[in-house]
Amino acid sequence: MAAAKRWYWISLVLVVLCVPLFVKSSYVLSILIVIGLYAIIVQGLGLLMGYAGQVSFGQAAFYGLGAYTAAILATRCDWPPLLCVLVAPFLPALVALIIGRPILRLREHYLVLATLGFGILAFAVFNELIGLTGGPSGLTGIPYLSVGPLVLDTDRAYYYVVWGFLGLVILGMANLTASPIGRAFKAIHASEQAAESAGINTALLKLQAFVLSAFLAGLAGSLYAFWVTFVGPSPFGFTASIEFVLMAVVGGLGTLWGPVLGAAIIVGLTEFLRWGVPVVMPKAGGEFEIVFFGIVFVLIMLLRPQGILAPGRSRRVARAVVREEKCSG
Amino acid sequence: MLRVSGLTKQFGGLLAVYGVDFAAEPGQILALIGPNGAGKTTVFNLITGVLQADQGQVFLGDKRIDGLRPFQIAAHGVSRTFQNLELFTTLTVAENVMVGAWVRSRTRFTRCLFRRPGQMKKDRELYDKALALLRQLGLDGMADLPASSLPFGQQRLLEIARALAGEPQVLLLDEPAAGLNNTESRELASYLRSLADGGQTLILVEHDMETVMGVADQVVVLNFGTVIARGTPSEVQENPEVITAYLGKEDDEVC
Repeated sequence: MAAAKRWYWISLVLVVLCVPLFVKSSYVLSILIVIGLYAIIVQGLGLLMGYAGQVSFGQAAFYGLGAYTAAILATRCDWPPLLCVLVAPFLPALVALIIGRPILRLREHYLVLATLGFGILAFAVFNELIGLTGGPSGLTGIPYLSVGPLVLDTDRAYYYVVWGFLGLVILGMANLTASPIGRAFKAIHASEQAAESAGINTALLKLQAFVLSAFLAGLAGSLYAFWVTFVGPSPFGFTASIEFVLMAVVGGLGTLWGPVLGAAIIVGLTEFLRWGVPVVMPKAGGEFEIVFFGIVFVLIMLLRPQGILAPGRSRRVARAVVREEKCSG
Repeated sequence: MLRVSGLTKQFGGLLAVYGVDFAAEPGQILALIGPNGAGKTTVFNLITGVLQADQGQVFLGDKRIDGLRPFQIAAHGVSRTFQNLELFTTLTVAENVMVGAWVRSRTRFTRCLFRRPGQMKKDRELYDKALALLRQLGLDGMADLPASSLPFGQQRLLEIARALAGEPQVLLLDEPAAGLNNTESRELASYLRSLADGGQTLILVEHDMETVMGVADQVVVLNFGTVIARGTPSEVQENPEVITAYLGKEDDEVC
């Protein structure tokens, strides 16, 4: 069992390592990098949604906060890029701590509203605080990521950086969900009252998941900054936050690989629509993408509401469970 | 030792619990009885912090625990079961017990993220302890089944195992015998007795008089939120007020 598991991990790592050997196109590599960045964000969001049962519509703001922090530290303070990558995520984590602390003691879904508001506020700040963020024209002059003399200025090298970080994040998530903490999250899901009575500080645990999700979004943001070497406000708007939630749901909540699959599907679909729609409908604008996302979301909700990778509780079983719950309740 | 004094709780215009006093001693089983709606479960909810009392205090030893949040009260050593089972249905039987041991496991979020070797070893120990506890309650062999697959009576026992896993100073059982057959409830009664003999403080809410009379050392009778009688089971049984509360006034009786 343990040996099989080890081989499973080793073969996955090998696949990820070998991909750039076969993919020569810089376009495809950059898409893979974006998928990796989004997968890091969605790992955190998936933990928050699937385990802590809370939804955040502010992940793009944490993503942006990480990117801007890294960019500012690198350009204004001349910190070495690698240090910026590691330090920048702590600011979004701190902000999440401040927002989440009062809210997560409340039972209901107040976090949705708070993060929604925060996302809009943060986007306005990115745009308007021109002295610090450069406003709509953004921040330029960010150096490439470098480790000692090694400068990671190619997409191939950056692919390894991003997927390397993603690998570490997945490993951490695997540890966490298999640990007593993961068990406690499942317990809260089943009965919050009983979990509290067992001594679990449910509000604290949810807060920790929220802070971790903000940290991971910030990490993706700081990696993004040193890849594009330019940070402007447009990738950090409300639409991006919705897309992250969509990725988490499509891939399957509470699964290890759902976030990666969800990110791949949504990013892949976006790219496909970008060249596919004009071919079929030359006059169509960008709004058609939104329509397609809507359709995908509705289809997933109808056919596989638990997400693609979530354990197959088939519809028949689900119905039987509902019936049983109705009887016993 | 758990002491409750002057406990009062009002829901809108309804006085659910009014001026309730009692003290439970280690090694004793205290039973809180009364007709439906007398306020027994409300008293439990006030003790465990699920509800906040309007007036009155709850002491665990010398520490005042009212006003604390439920998880803090659990951490101080008060465990409970629920009248309408509240098992973690998506977890296995053993995992339910392991979650019950949360209060003394000191789990750290970051430590679990990085999987420190000590954490793994601790978890294995928790599992072994859970097995031992399940064996005591006659649930061995079911450790790795989903909790939802157990029959009702065993789910009740599992709730008790989960509550005991935290090694509480005081154990609150809300109608532990409801839904059990005669043999099962007799076995449960002798198990509870053995816990008390081991020094455990036990408080149980019970609707059924007969179950209580067999196990309780001390009985407190509630009716409409107030204590109408207290004493040993036999004293209480002969108290005319208790008889009226349970059976209704004689001239009310139809048959």
